[in-house]
Amino acid sequence: MTWLAILVAAAGCYLLKLAGLSVPPRVLERPVVARVADLIPVALLAGLVAIQVFTRGPDLVLDARAAALALAVVLLLLRAPFLVVVFGTAAAAALLRLL
Amino acid sequence: MSEDQPDDRRRIVRDSLGVGIATGTYGVSFGAVSVGSGLDVLQTCALSLLMFTGASQFAMVGVLASGGAPFSGALTALLLGTRNTLYGLRLAPLLGWTGRRRLAAAHLLIDESTAMSVTRETREDARTGFLTTGLSIFLLWNLFTLVGAVAGTAIGDPRTYGLDAAVGAAFLALLWPRLRERRNLLVGLLAAAVALGVVPVTAAGVPVLVAGGVALLAGLLLHPKADR
Repeated sequence: MTWLAILVAAAGCYLLKLAGLSVPPRVLERPVVARVADLIPVALLAGLVAIQVFTRGPDLVLDARAAALALAVVLLLLRAPFLVVVFGTAAAAALLRLL
Repeated sequence: MSEDQPDDRRRIVRDSLGVGIATGTYGVSFGAVSVGSGLDVLQTCALSLLMFTGASQFAMVGVLASGGAPFSGALTALLLGTRNTLYGLRLAPLLGWTGRRRLAAAHLLIDESTAMSVTRETREDARTGFLTTGLSIFLLWNLFTLVGAVAGTAIGDPRTYGLDAAVGAAFLALLWPRLRERRNLLVGLLAAAVALGVVPVTAAGVPVLVAGGVALLAGLLLHPKADR
């Protein structure tokens, strides 16, 4: 099941890339299409952050992950590189759990 | 357009390699996060080799980690992958590849290869930026995915090392540059709130898709003048 989902999603992602290189650019000139397409990654990523950090199963929770995310925001405001943000956040959550 | 100077070409290659190295090495975080989400090493490497678009890969394993069905993960990955279609639309006339070359180039079409080619003035420069960035990231991203996956498997429970928190940080870092626009910030906050709101009453994986629906509604309802 997981393998099938991986292969289907990978094939789909490839076709989405290929479609962009193959479709006449007029499609994007419709402002509604351009706007929705622009906003989809923003909404999905924001939703993913929230789910990843503030939920456990069907429950809303505040734990070490939330505190670590606050550190991630600080690191991002300081323009820290991606790897520093990701592993700095991980280290913060791990340390908080040790306390 | 004027003839290309060798210096310009060298600068494009150097800049592209810099972006390639910086981006490719964070495959190690994807590898570690993916095995932490329950995928095995082979599945993790398959995602980097075959899907090869970071945000979609993180999304797929993120949904699985939160207990979602594999196909909810796949759908989320596909929705995030739609932005590559838009990049392709912008790049197609610039790169000017057809046939087999286009089939091969499509696999390398990601955020970074677009960023390093879309601003070039000549087709040659655009192709140089696109290929140097795309190929260097492809090599390093896959290499470091393997490193991260093997290391992640070796260290045991990912929660001990805070890797579950790292996924949220990775998503936030990917989202961060877009939040400078106020419209995006509002849509992002609304999407996060709506996703959390439906968590208690929907199956895992669904809240993220509902968040995607916020983008659809906002895109349809926002007045064009609200842009920019």
